Amino acid sequence: MTPDGIVQPGKGLVMERGAGVGEPSAEELIRLYRDMLLIRRFEEKAGQVYGTGLIGGFCHLYIGQEAVVVGLQACAAPGDSMVTSYRDHGHLLACGVDPKAVMAELMGRRTGCSAGKGGSMHMFDVAAGFFGGHGIVGAQVPVGTGLAFAHRYRGDGGLCLCCLGDGAINQGQVSEAFNMAALWSLPVLYAIENNRYGMGTSVERAMAGRAMSERGFAYGIPGREVDGMDVLAVRAAVAEAVAEIRAGGGPRILDMKTYRFRGHSMSDPASYRSREEVALMRSENDPIARLRARMLGEGAIDEAGLKEIDGALKAVVAEAIAFAEASPEPVPAELLTDVLAEGRG
Amino acid sequence: MEQVRQTVREALRDAMAEEMRRDPGVFLMGEEVGQYQGAYKVSQGLLDEFGPRRVVDTPISEIGFTGIGVGAAFGGLRPIVEFMSFNFSMQAIDQVINSAAKTRYMSGGRIGCPIVFRGPNGAAARVAAQHSQCFASWYAHCPGLKVVAPWSAADAKGLLKAAIRDPDPVIFLENELLYGRSFDVPDDPDFLLPIGKAVIERPGRDVTIVAFSRMVDVALDAAGILLRDDGIDAEVINLRTLRPLDVPTLVASVTRTNRLVSVEEGWPTAGVGAEIAALMMEHAFDALDAPVLRVTGADVPLPYAANLEKLAIPQPDDVVAAVRSVCHRA
Repeated sequence: MTPDGIVQPGKGLVMERGAGVGEPSAEELIRLYRDMLLIRRFEEKAGQVYGTGLIGGFCHLYIGQEAVVVGLQACAAPGDSMVTSYRDHGHLLACGVDPKAVMAELMGRRTGCSAGKGGSMHMFDVAAGFFGGHGIVGAQVPVGTGLAFAHRYRGDGGLCLCCLGDGAINQGQVSEAFNMAALWSLPVLYAIENNRYGMGTSVERAMAGRAMSERGFAYGIPGREVDGMDVLAVRAAVAEAVAEIRAGGGPRILDMKTYRFRGHSMSDPASYRSREEVALMRSENDPIARLRARMLGEGAIDEAGLKEIDGALKAVVAEAIAFAEASPEPVPAELLTDVLAEGRG
Repeated sequence: MEQVRQTVREALRDAMAEEMRRDPGVFLMGEEVGQYQGAYKVSQGLLDEFGPRRVVDTPISEIGFTGIGVGAAFGGLRPIVEFMSFNFSMQAIDQVINSAAKTRYMSGGRIGCPIVFRGPNGAAARVAAQHSQCFASWYAHCPGLKVVAPWSAADAKGLLKAAIRDPDPVIFLENELLYGRSFDVPDDPDFLLPIGKAVIERPGRDVTIVAFSRMVDVALDAAGILLRDDGIDAEVINLRTLRPLDVPTLVASVTRTNRLVSVEEGWPTAGVGAEIAALMMEHAFDALDAPVLRVTGADVPLPYAANLEKLAIPQPDDVVAAVRSVCHRA
């Protein structure tokens, strides 16, 4: 505090690096790896299937960002809730939703997790703690804050993992939600998936002021930057933040430095970033390759073991595609159902 | 049933208090709802009874607290979100439509959003354009919402209680000028009025006048003038709900009277009256002896000057003139 009563940004608000969750066991490393690779293989296939026309509309792939949601979910407890934006396929998979239901939704089939009515951007699975899947940039942030409000109101010990992109950080409602979350000390972790570009506009061209992790400082929300391409760094930072939130410390912000290897959506000309930049990130900073190298280095797994995992996951994805393709579209009568609780609106 | 004399303001407060006693998941949030006791004193006493956990004062952050309410509803609570004025709901309309109204459908029925958005709507007195807009047709346009507009204190109580118990998002349009009006209200904690049902406030033979909220007063005044001066016996229907509209009640009335005039404070284009006129074309064409006429607010932002304000808002004489026209008495 300065003599005139102004809190200095950064003083006492940057989260201290604590003990975290300790070193992961070999089994946990393998689980994190498998969870990330499932998303990768799923999204690669989704991209291919999109090209055949079986998936339509907007389709935002998560490839490159897998460490973020997998690290987050590694620290979630039963009863916690999660929301995110429209780049949500990976979040559903990380929440444990059946890949068949996600792929079927992408193809607009009635077996999809939203019965074919939501599509890529609007998927939900309340039983898995996943509350969407929101198509309006930033709108999920007050909604996630409201889920945290409900956790606190009920006293169920849960918290909300509220994901947002770097583009959402400049939406007014995000600042409103930060303020109220801090004011009411709500149990919410704001995980900024900072992939450097809000569609085609870089963070530098969109955001004034200091680091994104400090966006909550005005409200007294501690924040810090995290290497979002290192699932273990994500896991450690989230574990610490979650422990503080569960202890009643109120909201936390993590600025996860990540990168998407694909375009913003399937129709992205990618003219706003260089091929070299993307190639360098892919070759030097792939979260899956990084964990693989560590696992091999530590002897947690060998090449044969990796191959077995990959083969199994590819089979899971192939099965999901076969299931979705074989599933029927919604019947015409379903056009008019689910508008209101009693059916037709 | 025993009746008690209550103002609309008291009826709204009692509706919330009774439902909060009944269901621990019901809570009220909004600007000035707690310590200030409500900008219009509608939540008088609720903080004292239920405490700050369930009567939540928010900062002036409409889209933020609206989204928080929606998230809380997704999470299993039953929020009542008060807009100090529905004019301010425009700040929050993305959360109301995109998050609250659409999610049940977008999720294939997996998530519901049991939430009430309530507050004064439409013109008050001399507060001019930005504080005097009717949002009835805006919200009535949108699937996934129910839209309710009470007139009397009994309407207010029975419909608000029904709205709070409803599993879907309900837009509850009150009127500041009615808050202090007194009416008889059934003395029963389980008094509910069904959403989606209109009521005939004054039966009549010669013409149907359809109105909602404060315009029910205007319609009733017009009916009195018409009987006295023209011998025209007008039926006045209080819509109570704007989505879903009670089409059967309207059709049955027009089948008897063969004439219809709609009255609303809002603007004419794509308004509630436009919808009613279209519905009568579809469902009661053969019963009509004259074109449906609309009496609406003037197609301008509401002016401040007292004389212009009066000209912009439907008055009984405007309704009388429209009725004379459809009855070929002009």
